[in-house]
Order: sequence, then C-alpha cells, then structure tokens
Amino acid sequence: MSIRPDLAVIAGHVSPGSRVLDIGCGDGALMMALREKDCDVRGVEIDGDCVERCVSQGLSVVQGDADRDLADYPDKGFDYAVLSQTLQTAARPDRMLDELLRVGTRAFVSFPNFAHWRTRAALMFGGRMPVTRAIPVSWYATQNIHHVTVKDFRELAKEKGARIEREWFFAGERQLGRAGANGRAEFAVFELSR
Amino acid sequence: MSTTSQTLRLPSPLPLDGGGELSRVEVAYETYGALNEDRSNAILLCHALTGDQYVASPHPITGKPGWWERMVGPGKPIDTDRFHVICPNVIGSCMGSTGPASEASDGQPYAMRFPVITIRDMVRSAIGLLDALGIETLHAVVGGSMGGMQALSLAANWPERADRVLVIASTSRHSAQNIGFHELGRQAVMADPRWNQGDYYGGEAPDSGLAVARMAAHITYLSEEALTEKFGRNLQDREAKTFGFDADFQVESYLRYQGSGFTQRFDANSYLYITRAMDYFDLAEEHGGKLVNAFAGTQARFCLVSFDSDWLYPTAESRHVVHALNAAGAAVSFVELSAPHGHDSFLLDVPALDRVIGGFLG
Repeated sequence: MSIRPDLAVIAGHVSPGSRVLDIGCGDGALMMALREKDCDVRGVEIDGDCVERCVSQGLSVVQGDADRDLADYPDKGFDYAVLSQTLQTAARPDRMLDELLRVGTRAFVSFPNFAHWRTRAALMFGGRMPVTRAIPVSWYATQNIHHVTVKDFRELAKEKGARIEREWFFAGERQLGRAGANGRAEFAVFELSR
Repeated sequence: MSTTSQTLRLPSPLPLDGGGELSRVEVAYETYGALNEDRSNAILLCHALTGDQYVASPHPITGKPGWWERMVGPGKPIDTDRFHVICPNVIGSCMGSTGPASEASDGQPYAMRFPVITIRDMVRSAIGLLDALGIETLHAVVGGSMGGMQALSLAANWPERADRVLVIASTSRHSAQNIGFHELGRQAVMADPRWNQGDYYGGEAPDSGLAVARMAAHITYLSEEALTEKFGRNLQDREAKTFGFDADFQVESYLRYQGSGFTQRFDANSYLYITRAMDYFDLAEEHGGKLVNAFAGTQARFCLVSFDSDWLYPTAESRHVVHALNAAGAAVSFVELSAPHGHDSFLLDVPALDRVIGGFLG
C-alpha cells in the first residue's frame, strides 16, 4: 500500500519499537505502517467512520477531539506525537503544539503550506481563496481554519522554544530541497523536540 | 448452536464486598467453541441485568434464540470456531447460579436473607469459575451494559486475567438517573402485595409489580426515535380511542406484553438484588475516588463502544472511562456508533458493531 509522502517520511524516521500517538490518524495508514515497525501506536480521530475502520483493523484508536482530549494524556507518555495535516484545523494551533511536545518527547507535524506559489497566485491574480491540489476544499467547506506557511511555522516553533530537528518539503510526490521552500513546497513535515 | 450447560459449585465460600461470605455458591454457565491446548483462546462473556448464560442457544423457558446469537457463533464476530466462549449466569440471578430463590442452609429459599451483592462480587464468582476451569488468562472479557461493568471490574481488580477488555454501552458508575429508574422498578415490585417482603416462593409471585418494573425499564432501553418509528400514536387493533384504560395505543400493548413476558422467566427478588448491585457500582470509589487508579499499570487492551441514541449510558460515560484509561497510559480504542435503537442497540443489528468487535478481538 502506498501512503501519502508526508506519512512515508514520518514512518521512515520513527525508530522501531517506539511509542507513538497519531493525532488525527484518519483511516490509520500511518499507524499500520508503524505497526510494521513494532511500534506501540495509538490514534485519536474525530471522524467516527474512520475510527470504526481503524478499530476493525485492530488499531487502538479513540474517537475524540484533539483540541480537547489531548489533556488526558500523561506527560511524555509517548516517544513521538504525530500531527499530520491536522494543525491547520486546530482551534488553537499554538496550544496544540505545546500539547504535542508535552505528551511526546519528539513531535512530527505536517501541513499544507499556504505560501506555495500556486496559492499565492490564486489569491493574487484570481482574487479568490485558493483551491489547489494541496488545499482542495472551498473556503466555506474547508476544515482548515488556520492556514499556515513554512515561515509561520518556523516562527511559531521558535516562540514555543521548540527545536526543529529535521524538516522535509514536498511538491506533490516530489521531495524538494530547503532552498525557497516557503514558495515551492506544497506541504512540509517538521520533526520537533523541546 | 451446540453448547454445554454446566453448573459448578465453587470450592470455597465467596467473600462479599458487603462483608461476610456466601457459602455453597453455584455458578451456572454455558460454553461455546473448543478450548485450545494452551488454554489461551477463552473469552469470558458477561451478561446484562436480565440476561443469562444462554448467549447463543435457546432459552430453556421461553425457547427463544440466545440473546446474542447474531454475535456469537461459527464465523460470527465472536467466532466460536476460534474462541472458547464462557458465559456464566451472575450470582443473584435466577437461571441456575446462586440467588435469592436458591436454598439457604436451612433448606428454605434465601429470599431477602440473600446478601446484597456487588458487580465485583459477580466477577469474583466468575473468577472462581475460571480458576476451576484452569483458565489463567482470558483472550478477552466482553460485556454490554451490566456486562460491561463486569468487564471493567475484572480489568480493574484482576488485571492479569484478561488481555483484552471490550465494554459496550456501559459505564463506570451508575448515575442518579440510572439509580432513579432502578428504584422505580424496585418500588413497583415491593408495592405488589404478593411480594410479601420477598417471601413468595411456593406461592404466587409479585408478577404485576415485576411487570411494571420491566415496562419502565424497557422504555429506558429504547430511544424516543425508535418508539416513534415503531409505534407512533398508532392504535392497537381498534379504530378509535375507547375513552377507557385499556391498551388503546400500540406502545401500551407492547409494553404490557414485554412486562408480562418478563415475569415468565425472571424472579422478582433477583431483579431487586441485581439492580441494587448496579446502583452500587462506582469503579472510581473502589479505587480511592480516582478512576485512573482503577487502571494503573494495566497491560490489557481496551475497547469501548457507545451508541449515539443511548440515553441510559450515554457516550459521555464511555468517554469518562476512556479519559481515565488514556491517563493511565492504557491501549484504548473508543468509538461512538450511530444506531437508532437506544441502549438496546448493542443487542440489535448494527453491522458497524460487528466489525469493531471482530477487529478488536483479532
């Protein structure tokens, strides 16, 4: 099974046998990949159908709202906390980042980069909220309530005293270098620690 | 399906939470599917308030199919081709395990001399059964409603005995509303003159009181949507209201039928004792007031399932348990399933539940 490039990066960089919390785990694709690496992996997902699919596959997933329910998890209960394509849907991404680094020794965060040139062009020349490959849903229906750019995220991490351990950038399936990532990357993956 | 009906006399008296002990305890149980050589494929199935051990075999009194026949059997989500399913009748009940209708040492029925028991006492008797059967570790303990309370109690008090804990439409404590409805039922039984302070064995049983108790309880097992869908304001076998107190409405007729049918198979005193055990259930209270303590250090995997139309043990109760399990660092799954039937959804046709159970049991 091929998985999304950001998930493949995360799956590839989690050490085997780690304890992982996947926040917004969706249909469990990353969890399945991590299970192959003998990780003890738990998920949180708001969508009941997704949760049902995960549990039917024997994954440990709790139906819940990450904005509210992360508070129950003990400090540093996990080696990694993963937030893939979910940060921009959080009520308060800044607090979510704090929670990630509280429950996990390290955190992986991936998100669509709003400063990608296509998004900029859509807004600049079209004068409309962008609907692109990376941001496919119209402004009125999208769950992305806090659009973020690579620059913004680096700034937030700095403010929060989080150290960026590694970072990866993608346009579609293609991995990009670090240069000009804020304009060239459709989405980004960061590994953080504190 | 094929089953083995057996009754085990526990080798030693059963210590009770209320103090003292119960001697000569018998536990009636059914088993389905074969126990494997290393005794690792056993599933303890815990029944609900008015359930019994006849999970997947016909009820000996009513002749009706087992109460979870859709879930338990060869190739079903709880697959008896792979698992050895053990379902004991809870103590306090009336289907073969020791209860108020059983003979005390003086040869007379206990009646109200039967001690008030708890959910943990029920589980303690089930543990006694597992010990006698030589089953050290369960593949899973499974239960809905009061069965879920037993599963949680087993996980909290005998954490090494089950690898998986599946709790459906249940709670870690009885709410004021839950207790209120049970008290209504008990008062209905005790207001029946035939109840006679519990001494009715050999004479006429307080069937009217028990039927009213069942009618009230039955409403709590359904949802308004389900009742409206099933009956609406439809009249029962008549064209117009009679301006009397017959069962004009279908819903009245249905509840009367459920009430009187129940008295054929259930003992009124058992109803008092088992509802009391449920009311006393508060897993946090047993563990210093903090639910997280109940699960400290647990190695078991948990799965909790609630139904969106269940107002008896609503989703918030399952979440409360899930939060404690998360805080304890336990491996837990939780899903709220959508089903229209209210609390009884766990017994009815909800395909998503089948998938979740099958997936969780592995």
